[in-house]
Amino acid sequence: MTATAEPRQAPRRRINLHAIGPLAALGVLLLIGIALNDNFLSYSNLTNVLARSAFIGIIAVGMTFVITAGGLDLSVGSMAAFVAGVMIMVMNALLPMMGQGVGVILVGILIGLVTGLFGGAINGLLVTRARIEAFIVTLGTMGIYRSLITWMADGGTLSLNYELSGVYRPVYYGTVLGVSWPIIVFALVAIAGEITMRHTRFGRHCAAIGSNEQVARYSAVNVMRVRMATYVLLGLLVGVATIMYVPRLGSASAATGLLWELEAIAAVIIGGTMLKGGFGRVWGTVVGVLILGLIGNILNLTDLVSPYLNGAIQGIIIILAVVLQRGGIRSN
Amino acid sequence: MTIRTILSATALLAVALPAGAETIGISIPAATHGWAGGLNYHAQATVERLEEAYPDLDFVLTTASDPSKQVSDIEDMVATRNIDALVVLPFESEPLTAPVARVAESGTYVTVVDRGLSQDGIEDLYVAGDNEGFGRVAGEYFAETLDEGSKIVVLRGIASTIDNERVEAFTAAIEGAGIEVLGMEHGNWNRDTSFTVMQDFLSRFPEIDAVWAADDDMATGALQAIEQAGRSDEMWVVGGAGMKEIVARIRDNDPMLPVNVTYPPAMIATAIELTAMRFTSPAPVAGRFIIGSELITPENAADYYFEDSPF
Repeated sequence: MTATAEPRQAPRRRINLHAIGPLAALGVLLLIGIALNDNFLSYSNLTNVLARSAFIGIIAVGMTFVITAGGLDLSVGSMAAFVAGVMIMVMNALLPMMGQGVGVILVGILIGLVTGLFGGAINGLLVTRARIEAFIVTLGTMGIYRSLITWMADGGTLSLNYELSGVYRPVYYGTVLGVSWPIIVFALVAIAGEITMRHTRFGRHCAAIGSNEQVARYSAVNVMRVRMATYVLLGLLVGVATIMYVPRLGSASAATGLLWELEAIAAVIIGGTMLKGGFGRVWGTVVGVLILGLIGNILNLTDLVSPYLNGAIQGIIIILAVVLQRGGIRSN
Repeated sequence: MTIRTILSATALLAVALPAGAETIGISIPAATHGWAGGLNYHAQATVERLEEAYPDLDFVLTTASDPSKQVSDIEDMVATRNIDALVVLPFESEPLTAPVARVAESGTYVTVVDRGLSQDGIEDLYVAGDNEGFGRVAGEYFAETLDEGSKIVVLRGIASTIDNERVEAFTAAIEGAGIEVLGMEHGNWNRDTSFTVMQDFLSRFPEIDAVWAADDDMATGALQAIEQAGRSDEMWVVGGAGMKEIVARIRDNDPMLPVNVTYPPAMIATAIELTAMRFTSPAPVAGRFIIGSELITPENAADYYFEDSPF
């Protein structure tokens, strides 16, 4: 990022303006929420919004790296549904052998992570080795995973065994010092992502590849390996998100994770990451995820807007947040 | 060309086409959600049963993931399988109207299921669920069970004619009962969406006496949100369509799930059976067959539980 900024003047001020857009949008949303409903700031409402945003949030952190490195992944929503289906089937199958207990859940979690990792690796291999555009590869795998989960569930819903759900439930509903697990995991992933993006070689290499692949290659960056790593990381994080998702309703169906990919991409772009790659901001992504989560929450908490128009309001706020941010660039 | 060759050719034809061999084409949406999964299950089960009962009948079953795929499916059936009857559950009314009308004009017997075509008089037989009754039966239960001044919230489906008909009938049925509808939001017949909508309803309203979730997937999501908020003993939930897990809980007298209203995906079985009857019996088969929406209670729940169905 600094490489492209150097020739111009006052890069620091530009960064500030650039970053203010999504934060301002988040602040405005919070104010609207407070004005419209007394319960908006209540502990339970805020934890609800944060916990339900955690799935998209965890995935969006991984997506930030993929997009920063000039890639894209449309398959994450379907992949999450597929991972959830695999986890549920494996855990149900292991139940008679291992009995209901933490053991089965741990195996299920491991399977979830491994499945996600493989899913990401397949995308990565097809993009780097087979040299197919990321858009096409992940459009293909999106359809594949969506069909697989429909087929696995026989068109219906895969449900985790009732007693097992009871054992697994605390992973979504349980709390540590009043903070529920999905929020903690989301926070840890976000902090680790922010550090990786800003302070490690991997983060800088992602930006370099996204900015100019040829130059990165001449600068001895192993483009293939870094790009591959972004997809594997994203796949792994899809696994992490699914581990938090499965205990919520204990089921997976063809409707699971629908449009998550677009929400994750929207959150990443709202947060200030360039869709064409070259610059990524993980904390911005977190702000983007919170904006998307709050819009839905506020619309549900009021009767001001016809529910038919919810999508329109979401669209307007997404575009506004990006306009604010791009406006910051142009004013310099 | 002697008489013998003509005779043998006729005999050959007779062997190839046994007398009265009829082909029935069935075109339904793919199993992309719970209800459609049940639809697919019942369609396949009915085809297997009828093929055994009537060796003379042939069936072609296709599932489509979008309207244009469904149009191609129907065109293929007419062109390559020469179908004598078509049973179709249109993915959407408008795009399917003209293609199905063409099939009907060519003399094929047409049965339309559930989603009507946008022009009247195309089909020979119309088999459908009762959306108006679906809302009314639920509304009547609310009106009878709840005291005056009770507060309820409503989860609506995907914005569509079906959803509007149901909600209008429900609203009409509770009119005058003194029930206050605190809020209506779209849960889109989806568990995750309903979970979040219900969470927000619970933060917004300190007092809720009952929830009309209007669909069993939505009821499942809503129940989890209520349980999470620790308000299970405050309210009950009425879903709809008769998902087997929900029916099982009604049968077991779950206090949170007192009743359910049917909208059976097995209506496709009714449609296929009636269409087959047209070819296997002299009974007249034509007109409209509306399958009523019934109230499932703990007493009769066992009759509505299908062990093998995915829904």
